Amino acid sequence: MARVVLSGDLGRRFAGGEVEVRVPGDSVRRLIRALDERYPGIAGHLEAEGMAVAIDGVVYQDALLEEVGPDSEVYFLHAIRGGRA
Amino acid sequence: MTYEPKTLKVVGTRPIRHDGADKVTGRANYGADFKLPGMLWGKVLRSPHAHARIRAIDVSKAKALPGVKAVITGGDMPMPDGGVTQAGESAINTQHLAKNLMARDKVLYDGHPVAAVAAISESIAREALDLIEVDYEILPHVIDVEEAMKPDAPLLHDDLFTQNVEPKPEKPSNVAQRIFVGKGDMEKGFSEADIVIERHFTTKPVHQGYIEPQACVANFAEDGQAVVWCSSQGQFLIRDLCVNMLGMEASDLKVIPAEIGGGFGGKTTVYLEPLALVLSHKAGRPVKMTMSRGEVFRSTGPTSGCAIRAKIGALRDGTIVAAEMDLKFQAGAFPGSPVGAAVMFATAPYDIPNLSITGWDVCVNVPKIHAYRAPGAPNGAFAFESVIDELARELNVDPIDLRAKNSVAEGSKAPYGPTHGPLGGLECLSAAKNHPHYKANLGPNQGRGVASGFWINIGGQSAATVVVNRDGTIALVEGCPDIGGTRASLAMMCAEVLGIEAEKVRPSVVDTTAIAFNDVTGGSRVTFATGKAVVEATEDAVRQMRERAAKMWDIEPDSVLWRDGAAHETGGEGRSLTIAQIASKAAKTGGQIMGHASINAAGAGPSLTTHMCDVEVDRETGRVTILRYTTVQDAGKAVHPSYVEGQMQGGAAQGIGWALNEEYIHDEQGRLLNAGFLDYRMPVASDLPMIDAVSGEVPNPNHPFGVRGVGEAPIVPPLAAISNAIYDATGVRMRDLPFSPPRVLAALEEAERAKG
Amino acid sequence: MPKIHVSTTVNGDTVEFLCETQETVLDVLRNTLGLTGTKEGCGTGDCGACSVLVDGRLVCGCLMLGVEAEGKEIVTVEGIGSPDRLHPVQQKFLEDAALQCGFCTPGFIVAAKALLDSNPEPTETEIRYWLAGNLCRCTGYDKIVRAVQDAALEMKGQQA
Repeated sequence: MARVVLSGDLGRRFAGGEVEVRVPGDSVRRLIRALDERYPGIAGHLEAEGMAVAIDGVVYQDALLEEVGPDSEVYFLHAIRGGRA
Repeated sequence: MTYEPKTLKVVGTRPIRHDGADKVTGRANYGADFKLPGMLWGKVLRSPHAHARIRAIDVSKAKALPGVKAVITGGDMPMPDGGVTQAGESAINTQHLAKNLMARDKVLYDGHPVAAVAAISESIAREALDLIEVDYEILPHVIDVEEAMKPDAPLLHDDLFTQNVEPKPEKPSNVAQRIFVGKGDMEKGFSEADIVIERHFTTKPVHQGYIEPQACVANFAEDGQAVVWCSSQGQFLIRDLCVNMLGMEASDLKVIPAEIGGGFGGKTTVYLEPLALVLSHKAGRPVKMTMSRGEVFRSTGPTSGCAIRAKIGALRDGTIVAAEMDLKFQAGAFPGSPVGAAVMFATAPYDIPNLSITGWDVCVNVPKIHAYRAPGAPNGAFAFESVIDELARELNVDPIDLRAKNSVAEGSKAPYGPTHGPLGGLECLSAAKNHPHYKANLGPNQGRGVASGFWINIGGQSAATVVVNRDGTIALVEGCPDIGGTRASLAMMCAEVLGIEAEKVRPSVVDTTAIAFNDVTGGSRVTFATGKAVVEATEDAVRQMRERAAKMWDIEPDSVLWRDGAAHETGGEGRSLTIAQIASKAAKTGGQIMGHASINAAGAGPSLTTHMCDVEVDRETGRVTILRYTTVQDAGKAVHPSYVEGQMQGGAAQGIGWALNEEYIHDEQGRLLNAGFLDYRMPVASDLPMIDAVSGEVPNPNHPFGVRGVGEAPIVPPLAAISNAIYDATGVRMRDLPFSPPRVLAALEEAERAKG
Repeated sequence: MPKIHVSTTVNGDTVEFLCETQETVLDVLRNTLGLTGTKEGCGTGDCGACSVLVDGRLVCGCLMLGVEAEGKEIVTVEGIGSPDRLHPVQQKFLEDAALQCGFCTPGFIVAAKALLDSNPEPTETEIRYWLAGNLCRCTGYDKIVRAVQDAALEMKGQQA
């Protein structure tokens, strides 16, 4: 099962203080579904606009169908705005 | 598509940019260079007050002025249902945007639009503005971020309740949101530390300072179909924001991108376009709107001023064991400062086991804050890289060695969580330490400062089409405005895959009806993400050309290899066909050849950078002169090294301006006093030395050529590098930006007094 | 609003136009004559994007009234170089990648040409002070200064 890290406030706010959880699912969508079963309400936050996902260190601005391996490390983080020249 | 080391023929060279001749001869058309027959001029009336209730607006005299064709106020603008527009990498709250475009019941900053007119000439439009009567009830205002957080502060929005705090607040406040990143055990971390340093820093709002003011032409036809010509960082973003603001459908509006005269994040939203569309709709004629420089300063997004507390704990051997930061950012008139990025990246060059970083997004009476190059990161780095410098002095170790000892590396965890892949922090530090600059002698009143910076870089959605012309040349079609040479870098990657010269590829940035949605040019993403799309589209065209060659030879496509702009038969007779030979026969082998790709690119590689600078401080005037400046940055792979260097030099120069002079100065009524380039002092050529740009190359594994973004990281270190250099020169620590002569002089005098 | 008749010379052509009294040379060039190569960055003489030559002198088009153009000879960026050949300053800006967004570039080209016309061998300091009236927000000036140095060398070579 993938290792999902509820960094920042996520664990405290939605998962009773759990920071690191193992959930089944071979895609981001299935992980979110499994998380929401365990912690009702968290899906709405994770699927909200402005959240990015990092799977094994690779950051996806929008991820839903991306594959997640059985030993993957998954983080949900704030998407970043950018501006340059 | 991943990185493979290979010998490159085009990528890494320095061809002349494809749009170059147009830009040195004045041919290139920017936002304000367009006009249409029958065109009207639109102008905006702006609030002279920082905070006021609008009791009434009387536009009757303006409407009656001959030559005036339309007048609009907030009531003429639709109010969207709410929610957010996914604007590429940023999410924009549509109701806030609507209220920012045109005030409804309240004005929230000096410069907030309250009405707009369209007339047959600029002078009549200006005259009409003078005839609009607005009855204001002036309200108390607040600009300083810490003042705005106090319970008795003037309230901007009575329906704003702080998010992400517990218990949920019962009363509204100016604090929109709390953001937190952390790990480990703070109490344990600081109790282990031999040295703890805690300091307070402030910065002022600064403007992106693009030289081209916002400008557009809108033409709204009777059938509901509209066209906008404008310069922006993303024509698709402009389209989506306009249709969301005005209740149109995406197919109702075509946005044609003009050349863009700088954006730096500031042109990733709309200010004029929806107003021009509504005026054009009302008047039944095309409407052109351009901002004056004063309007740009008063009404478009600066970046946040902020107040930051930074605390660091380290062992005697230099190991940083804990860091705690509290970052309060001005959001401007509506929520949405870049404090999130500041929280995530302030300590990101370092691997620190115990972290607690809290950010606050706070509404104040200045224009809605908007993205500015590596948004939020320079502010955070100013504070943290300053305390790192203090720590190095306290420990009496070299500041580069201290940074290297604590540097992130492949396998270490980012403050925001994920495990890093390959990245070039240590390489940059080592290159900086070995640079001749670091060993050069300094004279009296001169000092040297070092600072590092981190920017995550982003990927996102990009599309590209590669059209193979019958003569073997290429039309490369893409959708990201070219602000700093991306036509060249994209064409070069296309040429590299094809095995032809970059000059044989003609890149075009096209309108919103000519290619699939592209995210904005921003986030240092174009050479990375659109580059990936271009490589995929080119590979698609190559695959088709191999298939055509196979058909022409009556063999299997697997027996055809692509090399140096031609298909080669791997066995048999060893025949070959050039692109032109294949393309000229395309009509007979299955139709014209065109490669496509539309992707959402993941895996942008973070950029790390280290800057060093030498300053001289004039003890009589407080003036700080930059004597020498060197930037070292991991670009992954520099596709066009000249434009990579240019990003590094330009970012450093913006950071130098931010450090030494730039700031929004308000009077007691909250009005902006320096809304022009004379008083908002950006660096000019005589303020700066040459800027040595050293580009390191630790390839990004997620790009075929190893590209990372480069545009944003260079603005992150200068604030602290210069503060640290001033300390080295004078023994005085500057913690409040900018380090303008009066402030430096005051600090020097204060230090003299303290000495007695 | 009453308009005033003005005759002048722009890039070698005799030109006549009508302008309102408050309109600047910049307004006239861009809006009346369609010469949009000259840019407006500030309208207050601080950014140099509207640099033009008037009787050989470098001026900001936004600081001179249209009516003051009467009888003058104006050169804009469109009048620099020739159809078959870019001016060395233009060529070196391209080779040295001395532009990013390109918006300030016409002003820099005009200002740099004026410098090299009057001072064919400027020092780096002279280049930096001469160009201090032209703002560039993209490049940090490094490559611009080098392009002007290279153009000076090129022009010296052409004369020799």
